[in-house]
Amino acid sequence: MVSFAIKMTRRQKLNVFKVNKTIEEINDKIKRGEAVVVNAEEMIDIVRKEGVVEAAKKVDVVTTGTFGTMCSSGALLNFGHTAPKIKAAKVWLNDVEAYGSLAAVDLYIGASAVKKGDPLNAVHPGRFEYGGGHVIEDLIARKPIKLVAEGYGTDCYPAKHIEMEIFIDDLKEATLLNPRNAYQNYSVAINPTDKTIYTYMGVLKPRFANATYSSAGQLSPLLNDPFYLTIGIGTRIFLGGGVGYVIWHGTQHNPNEERNERGVPKTGAGALAVVGDMKQMNPDFIKGASILGYGVSLSVGIGIPIPILNEEIAFFTSVSDEEIDAYIFDYGHDYPLKIDNNYGLTNYKELKSGFITINGKKVPTAPLSSYRGAMKIAETLKQWILDKKFFLTKPSAPLPQSKDYEPLKYLKKYEKNL
Amino acid sequence: MISKKVVLRFPEEIAEKPLVSDICKKFNLTFNIMRANIFPRKEGILTLEISGEDDSFYKGIQYLKDNGVSINFVEESINRDESKCYHCGFCVAVCPTEALTITDRKTMRVDLFKDRCIACGYCVKVCPVKAMSLPEEF
Repeated sequence: MVSFAIKMTRRQKLNVFKVNKTIEEINDKIKRGEAVVVNAEEMIDIVRKEGVVEAAKKVDVVTTGTFGTMCSSGALLNFGHTAPKIKAAKVWLNDVEAYGSLAAVDLYIGASAVKKGDPLNAVHPGRFEYGGGHVIEDLIARKPIKLVAEGYGTDCYPAKHIEMEIFIDDLKEATLLNPRNAYQNYSVAINPTDKTIYTYMGVLKPRFANATYSSAGQLSPLLNDPFYLTIGIGTRIFLGGGVGYVIWHGTQHNPNEERNERGVPKTGAGALAVVGDMKQMNPDFIKGASILGYGVSLSVGIGIPIPILNEEIAFFTSVSDEEIDAYIFDYGHDYPLKIDNNYGLTNYKELKSGFITINGKKVPTAPLSSYRGAMKIAETLKQWILDKKFFLTKPSAPLPQSKDYEPLKYLKKYEKNL
Repeated sequence: MISKKVVLRFPEEIAEKPLVSDICKKFNLTFNIMRANIFPRKEGILTLEISGEDDSFYKGIQYLKDNGVSINFVEESINRDESKCYHCGFCVAVCPTEALTITDRKTMRVDLFKDRCIACGYCVKVCPVKAMSLPEEF
């Protein structure tokens, strides 16, 4: 924290950048209706045509987006006191168990909880028709939810069993609280074994018959700010159709993964913990997901604005699909056994073309994260900013930083190759 | 000339009659088998692409119906709820005929070409948001 602050002042003193803007200046431009806002796909051409310095002068904000299934999501609800009062120890929402041991009427429902009596994988692959992710979607869609709670009874909370119907608008608090979302990059999954497997990376057919991937690539938030220079704790974001915030680094956040010559990690790496008011959200941007043979999850729409403070940030936000690499992993054998092995690298341009080549064999690819949805989010966020409804924030603290970062290091490397 | 994919359901009582062979001989139709299943109650399901002259095609279909075969046209059966679909791509990974595929590689929209569908039902099982459906009798 301290070293980061020192580094920042040193950077400013050295005045290493040709363009220097502040968040306050950008917000003033937004207020005056003068801010130039583009999405991360549009930024690629602007930087290619005009160069990083001109692009940094011209563009104030680049909007990003991602919309894929993100486990490690959940909702924190407070259902209000009943008469008589209960200290709910066990809670079910539409027969999906939530965690109640927080207080009397606070609960946390995890996206991957399954409904009571679900056959799971008894007949493989299980369908996982309904679970925590669906409860979250139904709440946001303003559907009634059946709540059952059990307590052991105390002098102050005598009730032992309650059943009631809840609606999101009647709840005191309905907060989406996701410990790990918006993975910076992700693995490409294949299956070299002899049988079809059903994974969170979708259905993988035997003997390399298909490959799946799950990232918005050039539109994805953390791929446009690979060293977390603008996105940090406190950053205001688009979350599920409403306004949310980054509150911490995501669980498993690893800034020191292997990076390419543009500084972009070649696999998972960074992640974000996010929070937002569910009452503002919209089911078009947040959906319960049933993943065949795997379980229940939640598809979460996230959009993050990146302030173009200098030419280095303009450079980072100009990253295109062919400049984002991803390692290919075997989900049939190696991954379940935690064997550290890979089948080489590909990139998002190849992945999005529909085919990649593995060991000389042409393998068809399919995405799992919606690029179309990511674009809709980046465009919605752009419109919010242009409409002066959304302003940018300066993080109150940085995310855990990468030891690979030095100002201008990657931009210089890149310019040499031009 | 007409060519359509159909799902034929044979109740137990007629499962042993050579009805598909009949329509070839009687109406000069050709067929290509895409999928065949026999269920525990001896009921059979057959997905075929039937081709022939317009007139004889419909006569052949009528012949099957008259003999107790229930018929569904695949093209009219597969359905995508556009309000639920968010174009993730899970279905693209499993669709065997590229009826669900991505043609525009810039927007990455998932297209549905109903004429390529063989009603296998993989997309119905795999769709994470239950946007795909086929009628119950499939």
